[in-house]
Amino acid sequence: MPLSFILASRNLFHDRLRFVATMVGIVFSVVLVMVQMGLYLGFGDMVTKMINHVSGDLWVVRDGTKCFEDPSLLNANAQGTIAKMNGVAGVSTLLIGFSDWRLPSGELTPVFIVGSDVKDGTLEPWNIVAGSKDALAAPNSVAVDLTYKERLGVSQLGDTANIRGRKVNIAALTNGIRSFTTTPYVFTELTTAQNYIGIPKELASYFIVRLKPGADVEQVRSDIAAGVPKVEVLSSAQFAERSRSYWLFSTGAGAALFAGALLGVIVGTVIVAQTLYSSTKDHLDEFATLRAMGSSNRYIYIVIIYQALLNAVIGFCIASLIGAAVVYATREGALPVIITPWLMAAIFAITLVMCIASAMGAILRVVRLDPVMVFTR
Amino acid sequence: MSSVLLEASGLSKVLGSGAAQVRAVKNVSLALRGGELTMLMGPSGSGKTTLLSILGCMLVPTTGEIRICGRAVTGADSERMAMFRRDYIGFVFQSYHLFPTLTATENVQLALDVRGRAGGAARRASRAALATVGLGKKLDSYPLALSGGEQQRVAIARALVSDPAIILADEPTAALDTVNGQSLMQILRDIAADARRSVLVVTHDTRLIPFASRILSIEDGRLVGEKKQARRRISTRRNGSGKRGTRS
Repeated sequence: MPLSFILASRNLFHDRLRFVATMVGIVFSVVLVMVQMGLYLGFGDMVTKMINHVSGDLWVVRDGTKCFEDPSLLNANAQGTIAKMNGVAGVSTLLIGFSDWRLPSGELTPVFIVGSDVKDGTLEPWNIVAGSKDALAAPNSVAVDLTYKERLGVSQLGDTANIRGRKVNIAALTNGIRSFTTTPYVFTELTTAQNYIGIPKELASYFIVRLKPGADVEQVRSDIAAGVPKVEVLSSAQFAERSRSYWLFSTGAGAALFAGALLGVIVGTVIVAQTLYSSTKDHLDEFATLRAMGSSNRYIYIVIIYQALLNAVIGFCIASLIGAAVVYATREGALPVIITPWLMAAIFAITLVMCIASAMGAILRVVRLDPVMVFTR
Repeated sequence: MSSVLLEASGLSKVLGSGAAQVRAVKNVSLALRGGELTMLMGPSGSGKTTLLSILGCMLVPTTGEIRICGRAVTGADSERMAMFRRDYIGFVFQSYHLFPTLTATENVQLALDVRGRAGGAARRASRAALATVGLGKKLDSYPLALSGGEQQRVAIARALVSDPAIILADEPTAALDTVNGQSLMQILRDIAADARRSVLVVTHDTRLIPFASRILSIEDGRLVGEKKQARRRISTRRNGSGKRGTRS
């Protein structure tokens, strides 16, 4: 192990109080960045959950549609037109919309209806823990998530409620299909959805297009765009990105998360810079002695950089443990914090850059060091 | 005659500016030869430390030239001055300036590390240097666990380990009692016995005079006298036995 590293680590750990203060600053900063960015990923994942569960190649949406929850509607008759186009294997209709769920007690609560053709499996409820998706084919049968059972006043299969004067039968229960809007999702068959939302059968929210093997995707897209007025044709990835951008940036939620992360970086940089500077100042005699012994400035910079890197690595490790605890604690919450390996790598890089940038103040102080001071102290 | 290891001519140094300007060193010329222990003596404020800083390539003289082992130092920038210190000079400071978080061995090894010499060979050389100054049993002790005399001997080992041509010592015994001070001077004298090396000790302690082979006197920044002494055998007790050293 290089002696410069030993010197750096011993100096760092020698003043325990300052070391603890530095660690608190770095850990606070890194955890803040980690949680903010984890929330960003979690939020992004949540707002695209429905899109990601749709099996299909292309989405036909009303032009200007901002996100999956957008209430814009299409002419349902266009389904037949699209189905006849070259390269198209099949077209399914999705119908979404808000409605009011009347509990057995008579109270009303808003719900978000997701209607699809249950038989073609375009958008089925997942994580079913009771009942089955096939049971949704029966009229007025729905699937809801256990998370919302108290809010919806149901607890088991066969329980009933009412939407827009129509009976609701609980035919399936899911676990973990949460809505970021906190409005419960209600999965049902297309016709039932039309009744629950109060939309005539001539209208649809989306068409999901499945392509034949080897079909030219771009050709199909341009054919649909040319053949059906006022629509956009998007891939699942494009629609997911559009939804994510809308919810994260048009609403300011993403900006707030990024601002929080930036604040974390700034706080961390300031704290590490301050403690490294004061540590360097306290060890000026030693650095002057090194200089008097003939060390190059580079050697002294390396000692300071080692200190910064040690701060970064130790602080990141502690923060990672806290981050893992946060991920575990929020895994079934309304908005889970998602930390991916890439996010970890990026935050580690940010921590390193933050700590090395913090060392600049200390290095600038040492640059001005006059070795003659060893004779006067 | 021994070779000249350091040669200074016409050195002067002006410190401060305006009304606070002081000429700390005035037209000093001197030569340090191998095998000599030169003592630079003078009262406080006479310019001893300023001259030592210039000779040690830490301070740039206002005028004058220095050559170390035949190489001109004049005009060198701070990194090149550091290189001269690395290549030719070892320092012993009044207040030791040891690194409190490093062991005695590591403190000495640091002098090699800054010179790019690391690993087992550097460690062995550091231990050998400590053994030379009588600290073979304190290799892993931290400075705070050592007495003042022992700490200064670690500093001497640190100055010695890179085998420099010149060792500059600034009031090396000022913080020590008489016994430890004389013991330390004996070590420096033994080091100076090597014809490849010259030792310059700055002091105002007249009790150290017997250890010198040459005494330079400085007053008001000028060298005002030079006295050569025949080498005498001096009996001292090392390791702080408590007995005062005696001259014979």
